[in-house]
Amino acid sequence: MTRFLKLLFRNRLAGIGAVVMGLILALVILTPVLPLQDPYATDLGARFKGALQDGHILGTDHLGRDQLSRLLWGTQLSLLVGLASAFAAALIGSTIGVIAGYFGGRTDNLIMRAVDMVMAFPYILLALAIVAALGPGLLNALIAVAAVNVPFFARNIRGIVVTLAGREFVDAARLAGMGHTRIILTEIVPNVLPVIVIAMSTTIGWMILETAGLSFLGLGSQPPQADLGSMLGEARAALITHPFTSVVPGVMIFLIVMSINLLGDGVRDALDPRLKSGALSRPLPVTTVGREGPIPAATDDLLAVQDLHTQFHAGSRIFRAVGGVDLAVRPGECLGIIGESGSGKSVTALSITRLVASPPGVITGGAVRFREADMIGASYEELRQIRGDKVAYIFQDPLSTLHPLYRIGDQLAEAIRVHHKVPKDELRKRAITLLKDVRIPNAESRVDNYPHEMSGGMRQRVGIAMALANEPDVIIADEPTTALDVTVQAQILALLNDLRREKGLAIVFITHDFGVVAQLCDRVAVMYAGRIVETGPTQAILDAPAHPYAKRLIACVPELGHGRRELAAIPGLPPAVDDLPPGCAFAPRCDKASASCCEGDVPLIGTPPRAVRCLYPEENV
Amino acid sequence: MPALTVENLSKTFPRSRPLFGKAAPGVRAVRPMSFTVEQGETLGIVGESGCGKSTLARMLVGLLPPSEGEIVIDGQAPGKGDPTEFGKLIQYVFQDPNSSLNPRKTIRQVMEAPLKHLHHLPADQRDARIREIFATVSLRESFLDRYPHEFSGGQAQRIGIARALAADPRIIVLDEPVSALDVSVQAQVLNLLAGLKARLGLTYLFISHDLAVVEAVSDRVMVLYFGSVVEIGRADSIFAHPRHPYTRLLANSAPVVGRPLTAPEQKGTELPDPLNPPPGCAFAGRCPKATEICRTDIPQLRDMGEDQRAACHHPND
Amino acid sequence: MGSYILKRLVSALPVLLGITVIVFLIMSLIPGDPATAILGSYATPDNVEKLNRDLGLDKPMVTRYFIWLGNMLTGDFGRSFSLNRPVIDEVLERFHATLILAGTSFVLCAVLGILAGTVSAARQYGAADKAITFVVLIGISIPSFFLGMMMILLFAVDLRWLPVSGMYAIYGGGDLPDLIWHLIMPATALAAVATGVVARLSRAAMLEVLRQDYIRTARAKGVPERRVIMGHALRAAMVSIIPVLGLQAGFVLSGAVYIEIVFQWPGIGRMLVDAILKRDLLLVQGGVVFVAACYVLFNIAVDVAQSLLDPRIKT
Repeated sequence: MTRFLKLLFRNRLAGIGAVVMGLILALVILTPVLPLQDPYATDLGARFKGALQDGHILGTDHLGRDQLSRLLWGTQLSLLVGLASAFAAALIGSTIGVIAGYFGGRTDNLIMRAVDMVMAFPYILLALAIVAALGPGLLNALIAVAAVNVPFFARNIRGIVVTLAGREFVDAARLAGMGHTRIILTEIVPNVLPVIVIAMSTTIGWMILETAGLSFLGLGSQPPQADLGSMLGEARAALITHPFTSVVPGVMIFLIVMSINLLGDGVRDALDPRLKSGALSRPLPVTTVGREGPIPAATDDLLAVQDLHTQFHAGSRIFRAVGGVDLAVRPGECLGIIGESGSGKSVTALSITRLVASPPGVITGGAVRFREADMIGASYEELRQIRGDKVAYIFQDPLSTLHPLYRIGDQLAEAIRVHHKVPKDELRKRAITLLKDVRIPNAESRVDNYPHEMSGGMRQRVGIAMALANEPDVIIADEPTTALDVTVQAQILALLNDLRREKGLAIVFITHDFGVVAQLCDRVAVMYAGRIVETGPTQAILDAPAHPYAKRLIACVPELGHGRRELAAIPGLPPAVDDLPPGCAFAPRCDKASASCCEGDVPLIGTPPRAVRCLYPEENV
Repeated sequence: MPALTVENLSKTFPRSRPLFGKAAPGVRAVRPMSFTVEQGETLGIVGESGCGKSTLARMLVGLLPPSEGEIVIDGQAPGKGDPTEFGKLIQYVFQDPNSSLNPRKTIRQVMEAPLKHLHHLPADQRDARIREIFATVSLRESFLDRYPHEFSGGQAQRIGIARALAADPRIIVLDEPVSALDVSVQAQVLNLLAGLKARLGLTYLFISHDLAVVEAVSDRVMVLYFGSVVEIGRADSIFAHPRHPYTRLLANSAPVVGRPLTAPEQKGTELPDPLNPPPGCAFAGRCPKATEICRTDIPQLRDMGEDQRAACHHPND
Repeated sequence: MGSYILKRLVSALPVLLGITVIVFLIMSLIPGDPATAILGSYATPDNVEKLNRDLGLDKPMVTRYFIWLGNMLTGDFGRSFSLNRPVIDEVLERFHATLILAGTSFVLCAVLGILAGTVSAARQYGAADKAITFVVLIGISIPSFFLGMMMILLFAVDLRWLPVSGMYAIYGGGDLPDLIWHLIMPATALAAVATGVVARLSRAAMLEVLRQDYIRTARAKGVPERRVIMGHALRAAMVSIIPVLGLQAGFVLSGAVYIEIVFQWPGIGRMLVDAILKRDLLLVQGGVVFVAACYVLFNIAVDVAQSLLDPRIKT
């Protein structure tokens, strides 16, 4: 709870909202004991007094009644009615939504049809019809406002529950012998409760406005009783001659609704787990750079990564995803980067043209040089001209990486057009040629397909075609076959291999699969906890790995054709990159580690092309 | 008595009825299949996306009522699609260890559920039982009062296994239990499973897309394609001597250190359209040996050598 | 495409039918009988009974519903006793005025809202974002009727820039410039809230889209950032913005009721409120059914627009 409040008040506006709301609530609670004048006592001799006249702090209204007293009593009434209708709508709507979403099928169908029917009305028509039927009055207005908001909750909550009901922990609960009621109450409801609270906090303000609106129209509270809406409605007749009478209740409604909205935003932000991790920020077009220390000198490699450091800053925690990586690629060469999840291999790949999502990513050191020019220090426009033209990417999941609403031909054409002036019909021809290059059958008709009309393997071919569009010098392939079935993977790998030989491409291939590395890459770099622990020619490393981690990781890979057996494992877990141990990050899991492994930095040493970051390597390199 | 007997089991998902006219025929996710699993055996089930392996698994544990067919476990036939009846006989370990744990429940609450609702144990016995199970899967008792998000994938998967054991089942269906884990952690979980099986006399159904893993842990392997069993045989021989061309394709596609990179097939890799299935063998469109009969007649599973059955008109030698 | 529109129209039939049922049921909740309301308290029992017979109120409810439905299908919505003219004539005339007001506001809120949301998202946490967020917050917190009243005070009474109320000038008006002149204030006041809502949702939708992998792909291709935002991201965000626009149309129509009262706009909302206060139920019934039906049709148009944008929707 204190954590919730802390999160809530991190949003300064929410704090302001809470203070204003607190003041209003305090006033409303104190209203019965405050020395106020009778809100119903009329005095026709003292009509439309201004503020601070004759002991009326906020003046009087058209019947000479004390405005301050009426305002406070009216505020109390408005708040009560608004809250009551919000709770009623949330309770009924959420119940409907949970039931429809959990049971699905026919129940869901029937309930949601009815909800849709109610939603087919512009909401005020329904409210007006209900008030027309029940007769004007505050309670009826309350019922009307609650009723028209029920579908809103029902729909929202149902959507969430449908996803929850499909989650595996609900299946697990069923297998544990729990009945439907119990599952709904103990598995589903605790997980939708934050959503209900968010939905409520963002709609209470709205419902207060609505009830005030009905009263404003004369359909809510009936005289002499008055909520803020009817005060405003009554004052409207004298708007031009005595505007002050209108301003008082109007400003009060505004203050209430605004403070509730501010508070509601704060609640939403505090309860939304995505916001905590900073995941709701929009990534900038290029990764932020905050380099400390000297910038390494240029080399004559085609592409060189030099002492690269990339971090993620989330609140006070710093994740050192990449902690000083050096790589170099020559033309026509395929370099593999292999590592497990969290090893920093993908972040290294994305850092090359500064595609790491930022915030939270920051490049804090080193350089990436393409033909000697430093891309980390380059301007956006310089970088843009290299991206896709000189250095192109192939990403992991071909469904999410292609734009769902553009035809693949247009996406291919765009890749060319943003770098080169090419006439339109020529663009289409090139797109078809590209599709043929990646062996897509019927390229002439496929070019007009949308991504969802293709299979995963075909989409990844499109992804490759897009990377090839401008005949780049380097292709960076970030786990391009991980999301694919094994038979499709084999085809894609063979295609990449053919293409690189045909076109003399340099490829940086990121993967977690030793089998893939062995088949495709000339050289390989093994990453662990953000650093390269071993690098060298693929065959040499596979035959005689020098780093204990590389050796044991290779031993873990199950290979087909060895029959039933015990598989090797590495005990323990990789370290969290926000809390790296000093010295060798692998030491806690390593059976060769000694005290010296945990003291100070272990350098990457060896005779080129091999190098290893270990004090007690398995082999001398 | 076999641990599990499946007779003509199939699942057809109906399609929504259009406003006018008859409902179109449903999508057959699992075509009628029969197989048995012996006590103490591990049956590996392999296949690529869309082969029906998850649908099959969900039917076996009672999460999905089958359209047709029988499931007999330990001589008992639990009611169709009623997980509470299935729960004591057969349990399920899910692919994604984190999403299989309710984020708002402590591990103790998760572990208590099967003991309370399946075995109706009183509170004091529950506690002892949970400690016993945790010792079996080598988890620390201090984990019990933590929430799922505090655990790594490997730890969460151990908790998932512990929960399955709490129901004290005869059979456990392992649905891609290690594919969300890193390779260095995979074997930790696989070795734990092997130890549990030996100690508790369990029977496993091990579903995976990774042939090498399946081969390493299974006694027999069943290969699925497009909702049908295309081949079933001993784990140590089925990939070395595949009878069905699809099994051979799978075996040749797995990346192997030292094997040069060639695409094992040049034709398209598309699955047939499930809304409009082909009349004959579903693999015919991709098969190098397909002839006329393959496009008209669905091949049946038949014996091909010792302990090996395949559904193919033109099996490999 | 044609078949999709047809399909949507056919599927709207049950919804339209449901609307009439709901309205009919609500209206039959009303205590007392309409004949007394029409004839007033001086009516003799004979007269009441005769009028009840004339109105068909002595028949069972289901029969009454079908008679009412049948009449509506032939364009006969009954006669308004308070105005002494056919309901449909009054409804059409009033709806025309509402359409001008609400339509203008809707276009305003859609254009301004999406624009503000996009700019806000593209410059997240920047000065423009903060300014827009602040204005939007005020927009969604202020009651539209109060905003309207304050605008009258400022622009009509104090500054005398714009007319206080009405749709046309009483003397010598009636042309298009006159209409626009009268439209400015009510349309702006009405659009304020909806613009705020659209802007917030557009901002959220854009932020969501900008984190997607295909935006990274576009950037990796070297697509200029302006095109990434206005092309790739906005187009994808529209998929979630368009349904919101459909909902907002309902909110604009609803808000029009208040604005019509504040600005004396001769629209259907004012007519409904008057009819409720006078208990002219045939007029209420007819007005509600008519507007709801139009709204259903509008939402079909929204769905069609959505299917044009998103090829994944089966047509």
